[in-house]
Amino acid sequence: MTTMTIAKAINEGLRATLAANPKSLLMGEDIGPLGGVYRVTDGLIGEFGPDRVVDTPLAESGIIGTAIGLALRGYSPVCEIQFDGFVFPGFNQITTQLAKMHARSHGNLTVPVVIRIPYGGGIGSVEHHSESPEALFAHTAGLRIITPSNPHDAYWMIQQAVECQDPVIIFEPKRRYWLKGDVDVQTPGPSEDPFKAHVLREGTDATVVAYGPLVPVALAAANAAAEDGRSVEVIDLRSISPIDFDTVTASVQKTGRLIVAHEAPTFGGIGGEIAARISERAFHSLEAPVIRVGGFHMPYPVAKVEEDYLPDIDRILEALDRALSY
Amino acid sequence: MGTHLPSTEFDGTAVDDQREADAEAVMGEPAAQMVQLLGPDGKLGTDPVFSAYADKLTQEDLRGLYADMAAIRRFDVEATALQRQGQLALWVPLTGQEAAQIGSGRASQPQDYIFPTYREHGVALTRNVDLAELLRQFRGVSNGGWNPKDTNFHLYTLVLAAQTLHAVGYAMGIQRDQKLAAASDAAGRQPDAAVIAYFGDGASSEGDVHESMVFASSYKAPVVFFCQNNHWAISVPTNVQTRVPLSNRAKGYGFPGIRVDGNDVIAVHAVTEWALEHARQGNGPVLIEAFTYRVGAHTTADDPTKYRPSTEEDAWRAKDPLTRLEKYLRGQDLADDDFFAKVKADGDELAAYVRRTAHDLENPDIRQAFANVYAQAHPLVAEELAWFEEYSAGFAGGEESAGQAAKAGH
Repeated sequence: MTTMTIAKAINEGLRATLAANPKSLLMGEDIGPLGGVYRVTDGLIGEFGPDRVVDTPLAESGIIGTAIGLALRGYSPVCEIQFDGFVFPGFNQITTQLAKMHARSHGNLTVPVVIRIPYGGGIGSVEHHSESPEALFAHTAGLRIITPSNPHDAYWMIQQAVECQDPVIIFEPKRRYWLKGDVDVQTPGPSEDPFKAHVLREGTDATVVAYGPLVPVALAAANAAAEDGRSVEVIDLRSISPIDFDTVTASVQKTGRLIVAHEAPTFGGIGGEIAARISERAFHSLEAPVIRVGGFHMPYPVAKVEEDYLPDIDRILEALDRALSY
Repeated sequence: MGTHLPSTEFDGTAVDDQREADAEAVMGEPAAQMVQLLGPDGKLGTDPVFSAYADKLTQEDLRGLYADMAAIRRFDVEATALQRQGQLALWVPLTGQEAAQIGSGRASQPQDYIFPTYREHGVALTRNVDLAELLRQFRGVSNGGWNPKDTNFHLYTLVLAAQTLHAVGYAMGIQRDQKLAAASDAAGRQPDAAVIAYFGDGASSEGDVHESMVFASSYKAPVVFFCQNNHWAISVPTNVQTRVPLSNRAKGYGFPGIRVDGNDVIAVHAVTEWALEHARQGNGPVLIEAFTYRVGAHTTADDPTKYRPSTEEDAWRAKDPLTRLEKYLRGQDLADDDFFAKVKADGDELAAYVRRTAHDLENPDIRQAFANVYAQAHPLVAEELAWFEEYSAGFAGGEESAGQAAKAGH
């Protein structure tokens, strides 16, 4: 067991992947000598060379599209998109090509491309650097979407994503890159299946589902609620597509109340999908409507007001109060 | 507004009026340097580079090129008829472009990998794709129809230009395969391979074409960009896509660009063979612009009489790729009436086979679609399939139980 940050854990996970799989390679703008704008690929080009750690032209469609071609030739590319808001020039390749290649070829072709996207706000940055576009991709069949919230998951999920035969997008919570935690590099343990949710905290009065950057916020809210004598269960969703509804359903059947928290705007978001599914699966267990806590229906606001935009402990506690008032 | 930066910004690189003048000349440049070997009159010309490639074609090769072009034209007529009879949802005719496709396809080697757009029926023929299977997509029973691994001929791509990037990535994979093989065991080496990316003059406006050329040039990827300039992107003419010959664009990326008479199968074959050798030998990409013409509609859904004069079509029919090769073969006594009669009979046989087989293509079961969304098991797909099975089973026992099954769904 060693302690490291999420950024370092992904770096180590990529290092392990490159060492184990000679057909894996990294692609992206600035990932070579610079080590990526967040230094996630720091030192890898020195160890594995420019054919394995490919500094690409500044072209997101080009990065994704050529990665698809490499995958068709038997390679396992891991693409880095510098920031969430820059993925859109590559959106066409992801949604019309990458997601559909396996299906349209009747399963004859697989494209095990991994796309790493640092996402979310809270770092005081400029526009297009703080968005949470996961729902736009989750709506597309053929993609898998995961998001780690701690270093241990980060270390293993990147490796599991590369091993997966389907395209996988990893949304990396950029404001948590410097979050430290224990990593067991010997065994993934309960993190063996990257598409399964984790119950991080047991509770009986309500369930809070969160993922990525909001997991520490949900845990802090649960701790605060405990001081008021409320027992809140916290689930780290980990996988956004597929969603582990079995774990969420089981929790709601126990607690009777569900709050879903994410940074992305609530309208059309993952929270709505969870609310609808849980209403269908556990209607008779629910003591209150499923309540969503998320961003507003606006472009991600300027940095000086982003604290008002981002769901925080108080917003989750307010939702908890509402759920308990039924 | 004509504002110039201070000249100190250009120390050692003074503004070059001659370069601007050259650029202006290029703007209006006709196809002055277009490679042509076999003219519309059926006479074979010479070229300092490409005649050597043409000379390699045997009598059998030349007759084969003609037979392929005739076969694919006959197929095109049959597929158009099938669409008109309601047997296909849509057809994308290729008539007029036979030389561009057969010439380039026949120049490729089995180890080369081809990324077509959606009109490359002639290239498919040269890669031994079953043409009846090729109709699956247009009959609405598949989004593909063949296994690309069998023929190294990729599935058709309907989103314009997306496949040009796949081609470059695939070529980057070939480069890495060569290095891995060289590092491990020289005896196990595969023959050097290259990739051809097909696209049209309309697709040349897409950003992916630009990005693919940047990547290909930066990494010297073994890829040949084969642009069939058929002059019309549905109803929009080429001069709305570009103000310079498309082949000129290669200069800006730093690799060779060649404009070839796309209705001259011998020249297309020669130029493509040269380009593929260039790529396989590690010299990087080549852009070929095959200057040709789509004689018919873009697809069976549009009407060319609404956007172009028939005189234009007539002028291009005079440059017909089949007629000119027939003139040459007859003029050189390389083929006689018996040969052309046999070609025609073979074409009719192919058409009958395609018609028969297309009719017999079975409708798929939607369970196949469930099975192929993901390569690995996926709980949402499994859940929805289970619901579908239960819902479907309900109909077996009459309407009442069907309603119950629907209610019992999640």
